[in-house]
Amino acid sequence: MNWIKTENNKKINALEIPTISIEQMRSDLKEMKLRPVGFFGKQEFENVRLYVTLADDKQGKLYISSVLFTPDIKSYNSFTQDISQLHIFEREFYEEFKIEPKNHPWLKPLRKNQDEYPFFTMQGEDVHEVAVGPIHAGVIEPGHFRFMCQGEKVYNLEIMLGYQYKGIEDLFLKNPDNRLAESVCGDSVIAHNMAYSQVMEALSDTKIPERAQIIRRIALELERMAVHIGDMGAIAGDMAYLMGASIFGTTRTLVINTMLEITGSRFGRGLINTGGVNFDIDFEMSDKIRNVLDEVIKIVEKTTKTMLKSSSCISRMERTGTVSTETAYALGAVGMAARSSGINLDSRFDFKDRWYEKCPWEEDFKFTGDVYSRFKLRYKEVKQSARFIDDLLEELKDYEDGLKVPVGNLIRNAFVVSITEGWRGEVVHTAITGANAELIRYKIKDASFNNWYMLAMAVRNNGISDFPLCNKSFNLSYCANDL
Amino acid sequence: MVILLINIIALLVLPFLMIGTIKKTKAFWAGRKGVSLLQPFYDFLRLMKKESVYSKTTSWIFKFAPVFNFTTVLFASLFVPLISGQAIINMPFGFIIFSYVLGLGKFFSLIGAMDTGSSFEGMGASREACFSTIVEPAFFILMGSVVALTKVSTFENLKIILENAGIYGYLIILLTAFTLFIMLLIEGCRVPVDDPTTHLELTMIHEVMVLDNSGADLGLISWGSAIKMFLFEALIAALIIPHNFPFWISSLAFLGMIFLISIIIGTVEASIARFRMTHIFEFIFIMSIGALLVLTLVTYRIYGN
Repeated sequence: MNWIKTENNKKINALEIPTISIEQMRSDLKEMKLRPVGFFGKQEFENVRLYVTLADDKQGKLYISSVLFTPDIKSYNSFTQDISQLHIFEREFYEEFKIEPKNHPWLKPLRKNQDEYPFFTMQGEDVHEVAVGPIHAGVIEPGHFRFMCQGEKVYNLEIMLGYQYKGIEDLFLKNPDNRLAESVCGDSVIAHNMAYSQVMEALSDTKIPERAQIIRRIALELERMAVHIGDMGAIAGDMAYLMGASIFGTTRTLVINTMLEITGSRFGRGLINTGGVNFDIDFEMSDKIRNVLDEVIKIVEKTTKTMLKSSSCISRMERTGTVSTETAYALGAVGMAARSSGINLDSRFDFKDRWYEKCPWEEDFKFTGDVYSRFKLRYKEVKQSARFIDDLLEELKDYEDGLKVPVGNLIRNAFVVSITEGWRGEVVHTAITGANAELIRYKIKDASFNNWYMLAMAVRNNGISDFPLCNKSFNLSYCANDL
Repeated sequence: MVILLINIIALLVLPFLMIGTIKKTKAFWAGRKGVSLLQPFYDFLRLMKKESVYSKTTSWIFKFAPVFNFTTVLFASLFVPLISGQAIINMPFGFIIFSYVLGLGKFFSLIGAMDTGSSFEGMGASREACFSTIVEPAFFILMGSVVALTKVSTFENLKIILENAGIYGYLIILLTAFTLFIMLLIEGCRVPVDDPTTHLELTMIHEVMVLDNSGADLGLISWGSAIKMFLFEALIAALIIPHNFPFWISSLAFLGMIFLISIIIGTVEASIARFRMTHIFEFIFIMSIGALLVLTLVTYRIYGN
């Protein structure tokens, strides 16, 4: 098979990526049965080259190949019919390059042209339509939700996004910068910045100090803890469970204030730079972090236990917003939401990362795919992250090799895929450099991009009043999807 | 005359303090300091100073509904024994007028909500109408039983259950209080039936119906619903405070009861999550069972021996 095999954060020669025919691509996709993590086009003079990146999560390998579309090819038979996980990728590709995937089951605008969005409608006397957004009650991002309901029951939810579209991928070409990477998604500052830095370091053959690697991972786990605890509070708040909402809310503050002490920003802005990190965690700080996290874990354990003993909370969460393993798999779900539906994907462990190997996922998680499952998984991940941080702080003592190194120039004609496990799921950054060693294509894929459809499936046949709870249990990002 | 004046002042002032107490209790359980007891009153003043904004799709009904709803609540309050232990109008079968006047007010707030043409408000109206349909029979079963037991058809009858019910007296009082308390949670739109503090329009019941109201209209609506809750608290207080206390003790006991019930409401809100919409009906049926048990006990008391 004509695919180039590579690894996470490893540079390959972009010119060596094979070009195969559309039919060959189709049969390869069917045969290899791997998970697509990248499916994007790049303009090459008048042609369009479609790069496809597949992840072999069991072996921790990536496979890359490409298809060339000459200007006379205006359409092709969509891959989605065979590989359903590609549904959202093909919509994106169509929107950008106007090459139509024929017989695509749901070929609708993804980010642009919302004025002409063809909504799914239902006919019948009992059916009523509820339109929510793009401006919502509360301080959240814009997005439009269209429900088709019978009474209180939701038949279908259609999610129309794109209000945050700002062309951030093109901004990277003009001005590649860590501060820009931090702004991709406000609640995954560390994850996106880490992915960006890894891409740039691989593109310039920079090897950063081990101490910086450890500090990056500590920050990543702190971010995961903070958001998970905040979301647990938000789930409690949506159920009007006051105690959970207020206690988790204050506990999250302890975590982000720790981040503030390390980096000067509660969300970790300014910590990671290409070539290393800007701030050190010294001995004193390590102790401080440990003490705070001990307290945090104690509070989280106690509150979660109280909450899961309350029958009113359990009754709200159980069997609400269930996504079956089959549905999650068919949609190509990733990250925390996929794990709570029984798909074991975690790029921290799937793509060998020597810092995570020492502290693997030990506890068995019994998934049910509902809000309860997502709540419980967050709880487990918070505890796990605290353990990671503890281990990483221990490791930190042994590495005194500085914080950052100067970054070299970019290497020409290189192709790098970097996958980082943010709290929501995998954050995939792909970059290609051209003949003059400049960036010619930058592609970002956040976990939200895959998972928004999970939310649409989760609320089917649920009460419309349970939608906010389902939504909060996923807590997907609008801006990381709209880019 | 003085008693009447005290009653009227109590009716207008205590609802704010009641909401303030509930908020303070919730804040206490959440580990916060909470807003001042008078904050609901300040909010009301702020709203009254503001201008109302009307959508172009609404008609006169939308403007009429908040005022009318408030008037009906005030009218209904005339039949409820307040701080003095006496109702302002002590009329036979006052409880029927009480219930249907409130129902009329609710009808207008429902069609006021429908008048906006918003899908949210339609949803809220259908939910509210649905719950009220179940509350009404329970209310009449309960009050009918008390009337049958005491042979008195004003709300004063709540005070003399003990004399008439003999050994079952305390049990009947307990069940009546329980039924009225759940009725209060439903009519007052409190947790676990509704969440008055949520911003999530899809889960609201009462709040979503008044989404389009603003300024003085909204002020009247919030004052009106506070008074309505207060009336149910007053009914529970009347049930529990013995009628033969001297005036000043019974007024103090009344104030105490109002604060106690508000604290209980706040504690309930702080300790349980809101029910799923489909489970709220089960909760409301528990209330109906309470009313039916009262009916059974009363029947047994009258015809049993």
